[in-house]
Amino acid sequence: MGALFVFLHRAIMQGIPLMLGSTGEILTEKSGHLNLGIPGIMYVGGISGVIGSFLYEQGVGPANINPALAVLIPLLCSLAGSLLMGLIYCFLTVTLRANQNVTGLALTTFGTGFGNFFGGSLIKLSGNDVPSITLTATSNVFRTTFPFANKLGPLGTLFFSYSFLAYAAVIIAILAAWVLGRTRIGLNLRAVGESPATADAAGINVNRYKYVATCVGSMIAGLGGLYYVFDYANGVWSNNAFGDRGWLAIALVIFCVWRPNISIFGSILFGGLFIVHNYIPNIDVSTQELIKMTPYLVTIIVLVATSMRKKRETQPPASLGLSYFREDR
Amino acid sequence: MHKNENHVREPLFHIVKRAALPGWQSAAIRVLAVLISLIVCGIIIVLFTGENPINVYATMIKGAVGTNRRLWNLLQSVAILLCISLAVTPAFRMRFWNTGAEGQALIGGLATAACMIFFGGKMPTALLLIVTVVASVVAGAVWGLIPALFKAYWGTNETLFTLMMNYVAIQIVSFFTYRFSVPKGSGQIGIINRDTRAGWLPVIGNNYLLNILIVVVLTILIYIYLNYSKHGYEISVVGQSENTARYIGIDVKKVIIRTMLISGAICGLAGLLLVAGTDHTITRDTIAGRGFTAIMVSWMAKFNPIYMIITSFLICFMSKGSVEIATVFGFNDSFADIITGIIIFFIIGSEFFINYQIKRTHREGGKA
Repeated sequence: MGALFVFLHRAIMQGIPLMLGSTGEILTEKSGHLNLGIPGIMYVGGISGVIGSFLYEQGVGPANINPALAVLIPLLCSLAGSLLMGLIYCFLTVTLRANQNVTGLALTTFGTGFGNFFGGSLIKLSGNDVPSITLTATSNVFRTTFPFANKLGPLGTLFFSYSFLAYAAVIIAILAAWVLGRTRIGLNLRAVGESPATADAAGINVNRYKYVATCVGSMIAGLGGLYYVFDYANGVWSNNAFGDRGWLAIALVIFCVWRPNISIFGSILFGGLFIVHNYIPNIDVSTQELIKMTPYLVTIIVLVATSMRKKRETQPPASLGLSYFREDR
Repeated sequence: MHKNENHVREPLFHIVKRAALPGWQSAAIRVLAVLISLIVCGIIIVLFTGENPINVYATMIKGAVGTNRRLWNLLQSVAILLCISLAVTPAFRMRFWNTGAEGQALIGGLATAACMIFFGGKMPTALLLIVTVVASVVAGAVWGLIPALFKAYWGTNETLFTLMMNYVAIQIVSFFTYRFSVPKGSGQIGIINRDTRAGWLPVIGNNYLLNILIVVVLTILIYIYLNYSKHGYEISVVGQSENTARYIGIDVKKVIIRTMLISGAICGLAGLLLVAGTDHTITRDTIAGRGFTAIMVSWMAKFNPIYMIITSFLICFMSKGSVEIATVFGFNDSFADIITGIIIFFIIGSEFFINYQIKRTHREGGKA
């Protein structure tokens, strides 16, 4: 029983970055834009927070940081970094109508490079004399949990022992589901993603919706990177540690058929699949690698199944991946 | 809704699609975009290093082509990137977004490595080479075929399917690197058949020349295939409009499947060139993101195999050059990715000015 709780707890912690990444990507895809730059954006979201926090910690010394500022500075830096990435993507694909796949991949190359470059060179660039980027003080503030979490036994740990970003992720996902499914704005956004020409004719400002959806989506995804660094990795940045999580977030979008509320459970499932090999006794390293394949296989199965069943509610947005130019007929 | 009827705000500019631009003009726009991107990169490099930009670019050129060995190394990188770019191009011409080149090439490489490990020393060299080539090409083709079948028969989204197949391939390779690892459990295969050199591609001149020659021949073949063959014509028609293709009696399903078989097969070949030609080992990072870079290379060249030589050279040159800058100034290698990203952003952006033009809105009859 104890092991199961520990496993679920770790699965949820693994799932939070995926949840944020996929919620962001769902918003973007609902506007008709397949943003393959999400992995890069999540890297930038993470490293921007690290840069902000590193400069702050080095500026005042790790011992006397102000808790409010220690959270606020990385948070704002992260949001600003991922917003900039979103704007680059929007400018190229919405305003300049460039190919979305190519732009997205370029963004991922750029973003991962940006993350690893500053991760590897920040210490040298800022002229500080520390061996590695270890932001334990800030991370401790980030990881503040409910004070009563440990008093409620295993269930308390399971439900209340996360930091504010984890709860924010769930709230954002529920909010996104509500906006998409229950509001006028969501209806308009879905119209833009299904058929921009129709939406345009109905008087919806297509480009504005695309811009806002993509930029807000990028910022949400960027928070996933921030959560990873400060909560999951305890404030230690190491290059490439974030790994394939960005692509896993894109896979999750398909798995939860473009619904943020399903992504809450989907992300925990994917998080679990990601680490389940550590909890199976007596398997060798090579089999572990095969088990790590399951999230992708499951995604392929969902993708194939939905395309075969042709149920309207589970299809990708109809104009996903296509640029919209009013005069094209 | 109707409040603004008698006061419509018109934007000052509007965008119009261009008729085809003369070749030299579109070329000029692209060259200009590359030049601007180089200037922007230069500014960024100078900001970080505080060096004179001319020195910086000199360092870059030295890093990319400074010595004989570096030049060959660069040409080898260009050849492999070009090979994968050639592979994805037939699919792209048909608007089939094959984002799975990474996985297709990796599986080809895995098949090569497996042949070298299992059959090395048990077969005559010539036979072993043939078996290896066939295995790698077939492996790549099968990896490309799976998403193509689903696309052709059920319309499954190919971008997402091929993307996921990459990670399945990476994990399979990871699995086998542990299985084949020497010493056991180290997770590394090491140089395969170091002593016997069984299954290694023959060396002409130096290690790289054979790969380069193969890719040169391949470039010409693909160019002819796409532009002067019936298959190439069918691919273009399916890409332009599936309905038209169906109307004139092209079997769209067959074209999709056949084209992806070719695309996957060439990716498999790229895996072979990497594993049997130069690396003589395989890891999960053997392809090192080239499958994704190739998509950008192919797109930037407007899916033209001849232009791809230029675009893949540009990308490899900048990336080798930036690695040198990073080493000289004590930064980390990822600097190259930032530079590559910026150049691609500019080239992507420049396409807009080739396809569209911005016109000032003429006001007719005063207030509209």
